[in-house]
Amino acid sequence: MTATTALSAPSAPARPAAGRSPAPASRRRAALHWIAVHTVAIAAALFFILPFVFVFLTSVMSDDQALSGDLWPTEWNWSNYADVFNTPGFLDWWRNSLMYAGLGTLFTVCSSIPVAYALAKFRFRGRRAAMILVISTMMLPPQVIVIPMYLVWAQQLHLSGSLWPLIIPMAFGDAYSIFLLRQFLLTIPREYLESAKVDGSGEFGTLLRIVIPMAKPGIAAVALFQFFYCWNDYFGPQIYASQNPGAWTLSYGLESFKSAHSVNWNLTMAATLLVMAPVIIVFFFAQKAFVEGVTLTGVKG
Amino acid sequence: MATLTNAPALRRKARRERLRTLGFLSPWLVGFTVFFGYPLVATVYFSFMHYNQVQAPTFVGLRNWRYVLEQMPLFGPALWNTLWLVVVMVALRVVFGLGIGLLVTKVKSGVGFFRTAFYLPYLAPPVAATVAFVFLLNPGTGPVNDILGSIGIHAPNWFNDPAWAKPSLVLLSLWGIGDLMVIFMAALLDVPKEQYEAADLDGAGAFHKFRYVTWPSITPIVMFAVVTGVVQTMQYYTQALVAGKLASGVSVGPGSVIQPGYPDHSTLTVPQLVYSLGFQNFNTGAACVLSLVLFAIAMAVTTLLMRKRAGLLSADD
Repeated sequence: MTATTALSAPSAPARPAAGRSPAPASRRRAALHWIAVHTVAIAAALFFILPFVFVFLTSVMSDDQALSGDLWPTEWNWSNYADVFNTPGFLDWWRNSLMYAGLGTLFTVCSSIPVAYALAKFRFRGRRAAMILVISTMMLPPQVIVIPMYLVWAQQLHLSGSLWPLIIPMAFGDAYSIFLLRQFLLTIPREYLESAKVDGSGEFGTLLRIVIPMAKPGIAAVALFQFFYCWNDYFGPQIYASQNPGAWTLSYGLESFKSAHSVNWNLTMAATLLVMAPVIIVFFFAQKAFVEGVTLTGVKG
Repeated sequence: MATLTNAPALRRKARRERLRTLGFLSPWLVGFTVFFGYPLVATVYFSFMHYNQVQAPTFVGLRNWRYVLEQMPLFGPALWNTLWLVVVMVALRVVFGLGIGLLVTKVKSGVGFFRTAFYLPYLAPPVAATVAFVFLLNPGTGPVNDILGSIGIHAPNWFNDPAWAKPSLVLLSLWGIGDLMVIFMAALLDVPKEQYEAADLDGAGAFHKFRYVTWPSITPIVMFAVVTGVVQTMQYYTQALVAGKLASGVSVGPGSVIQPGYPDHSTLTVPQLVYSLGFQNFNTGAACVLSLVLFAIAMAVTTLLMRKRAGLLSADD
């Protein structure tokens, strides 16, 4: 894992310069190279950043100006944000999103850790088969199983119109989290676990006292991914909560925001930024864990 | 102490270990059975049933299968759109992600800024990103066409033009390339430096260095990106649905019954069709058939691709 802090760490140091100073021609070539690379990088950065800028600028425009195609607001209507919060339902959606993402994350982490630990460290028959099954559930499009599941939740358990059909299953492990945590736990040397056992610690005690503290970065990554997954989920709330606007989440309600104000692009853009904000704020606090998780899924293994 | 001759004690120990393993695995064992095994079997069952979710299901043999595969008018377009997106989106994402990953390893000043800038859009919730792009690319009032117009480019109608709706979705997905950028960047930084030095000594140019040093070293990661990309794109749903609904200008909220795929079914994907059959038309049988078709294609493509990437499992096995 050499590049886990890739996003925050400075770039790898340039190769040490040779003993003598380089010839003017090669120095000029290097300078041209520098200019070329940075020009391309700035152009690319504009592609990634400008959408945010335009969305923000539109979010503070007046109603009329938002429809005009103007790029720069003539007046800064910060009250648009207050208007969004005062929209009926918006605060409920906010609370529902927090509940879904918060409980979902808690349940997923608690239920996935022991499974990942067993798959990473226990020797038992069928270990490889279990791992293949975990991975194949990751591959399964959610649409394939949603209809029978919906019927059970709606007709037998009468829980449609709420987010519980989405939250409860997370107490039974999540394939992606199990996979990611297992990859992380593989990096913990067996000797630590064995010495804990020599000291008389049971398997559960070892997990609690040795493994979990050592796996904190991996657990943080899983928690973040799960939080963002729930926060961003659209399909789940559409299936189970759509009949009951009181159970909508921000991601689901955002689209209706446009219809409630069918031409108010300014308010829609303000709402859009408010839905993005928590994710981006959390990211800036937890960059390292996040990037570690992304690299771990792709590069390790 | 258990010795080799103390068979009962050994057996007891083995049983204890088996129980312990089962205990640790139990959350997943229950979850896998209840939330994966059961619904998968039930989907197969319903695919042979006529069921409108009100009256009891009745057995109809292969009728649902025939209907979906031979008669259903939207099956062809939905399958075509999904496969189009799988091929074009995955290919462009991998190429673009690799390009941005390479770029970011070459940048010398402002590295932190560039990395964050390239990564941030990946975090934007899909619905929010889609709403933003439908606004930005809006032919009438959107800033993009205004800017393009002011420099003399006649811009397309993006999400409102059947020929441009899918490319607009691709553009949206390229904006969220951050995850691929990070894993490609990590893979590129892992290429052994000595190999580049050796290639330098041999007088290799930039292209040769990429072809003979970089590429062989990052192939597994490219493979990983292709497989996960295919899996994700087979499930492509939220962005296509939200973009179609918003761009159509129909002033209806979530839960409303509209024909998905605006304009002209150009953004209708298989998962959208499953939703619309199962939850709007209440044709449970046909929806289950269609979801099984999706499952079969997803499994076929991924096992084909995974053969080359068995290493995903190998780490400690």
